[in-house]
Amino acid sequence: MTSNLIEIKGVTHAYKTPHGPLPVLENLDVTVPEGEFCAVVGPSGCGKSTLTRLVAGLMKPDKGEVWLHGELVKGPRKTVGMAFQNPVLLEWRTILQNVILPLEIVAPSMPKKDREARALELLALVGLSGFENKRPSELSGGMRQRASLCRAIVHKPDVLIMDEPFGALDAFTREDLWQTMHDLREKEPFTCVLITHDLRESVFLGDQVIVLSGRPATTQFILDVKYPGERVIDGLYTPECSDMLHTLREQIQIAQGRVPEAAE
Amino acid sequence: MNLFQKIGVPLAAIVVFLILWELLVWANGWPDYVMASPSDLPKAYSKFWNLFLIGSWQTLWRTVAGLMIAVLFGTLLGMIMGFSRIARDALYPLLVGFNAIPKATLVPVLALLFIGQHNFNTVMMAFMISFFPIAVSVGIGLSTLEPEYRDILRSLGASRYTIFTKIALPKTLPEFFGALKVAVTLAFIGTNLVEIVSPHGRGLGALFLSAQTNSNYPLMFAVLIALAVLGIILYYAVVYLERTFAGWAERPAT
Repeated sequence: MTSNLIEIKGVTHAYKTPHGPLPVLENLDVTVPEGEFCAVVGPSGCGKSTLTRLVAGLMKPDKGEVWLHGELVKGPRKTVGMAFQNPVLLEWRTILQNVILPLEIVAPSMPKKDREARALELLALVGLSGFENKRPSELSGGMRQRASLCRAIVHKPDVLIMDEPFGALDAFTREDLWQTMHDLREKEPFTCVLITHDLRESVFLGDQVIVLSGRPATTQFILDVKYPGERVIDGLYTPECSDMLHTLREQIQIAQGRVPEAAE
Repeated sequence: MNLFQKIGVPLAAIVVFLILWELLVWANGWPDYVMASPSDLPKAYSKFWNLFLIGSWQTLWRTVAGLMIAVLFGTLLGMIMGFSRIARDALYPLLVGFNAIPKATLVPVLALLFIGQHNFNTVMMAFMISFFPIAVSVGIGLSTLEPEYRDILRSLGASRYTIFTKIALPKTLPEFFGALKVAVTLAFIGTNLVEIVSPHGRGLGALFLSAQTNSNYPLMFAVLIALAVLGIILYYAVVYLERTFAGWAERPAT
């Protein structure tokens, strides 16, 4: 049985600017079944980050509704985890203390020992064992992002919202982290919304890839990912993946208001 | 080696400075009423040691008291300006204007407002002259907090107070201590200003004034050096606090 964990229904939102309202989302519908990984791609500045803030309950849409687990989202909820392009680790805390942070807020009564055990378990899963007492400034960019991921899921959120979490990393580190992300979900299933600019990333990680149109964004295309075989990076070089990537690229070009090259 | 570098090198620099000073006076053949030399100072200290002790204590406690008020008031003001755009727009011109007033002109104002309250006036002056950098740096530190830092806690439903104590406050600590180092020196200037300008003053400033009245030039220089020593002590007290509370901001030398 799969119920829909996230339901975005007819969401329209505009920002107020000195030059009048700037519409970013228009009549957007997104549905993510429980346990699914939803990747969202679209042209720059099309309102993808607004989408994450709406799902996290940090903002209210002008029109439309966001539902999480059958409940209307009216404000921030404890059942959400967030990760950004900037790992935003607190420099005055060790890696372990950073990962524990959400537990201090969501589960203040949880014994310190249990919190630390939970954090250490996650750090081990992402390959950061032995670094728990280091400061963020002593870690590389990829390691910091790994720690940031641990922090985002330490309180076992229903949904993990990621806004270009791997965007600032080099290509090799990025592929490592895709694999880490995938392995993490094998062990701890959670529903995921990933905003990205990287089509290969969206295909490797996503169960569905949503292409948003240019601003104001609405759903332009939904790709159901049929990954050939196991989710390993090598799979990206198969013809099946090539076709999917090709389709996505065409759709992005349409979203950008260009004629797809294939049609020329 | 490390300890030698930390204490020995600065100490050596001071000795070199004293030698150069002595040489300068000696080479020019200046009498002590033009410029006293370091070798004149021990006499002044041994003769007036009790005045130095009393004066130093008075100067020190009033500076520290003024500084503490400046920290409280400056942090509060900085918080208001950091969290509210309207407050920032409203208060900034006022603050800058107040800071631009030469504080010497406020000595008679204070003296008339609180006649005879010498301690109070001195503490007030130390406070007024030193809260500005603290307010500005705390304000800037809070207003430049990246939204993501707030979002990671806000998305969990954390209160504004929790966000402030867990993130905003520790994140501004390095800026706060930077400002405090400036404020320490300023507070000293404030204290001494009142001590020197107002009649029947106390503290090292008053000792300086009486040395001047009595044409005891070596004593004047001795007071200046004593002030410098007090300044160094207070400054390093702040450095110690900074290491304790914001040591994480210091990167290991590479």
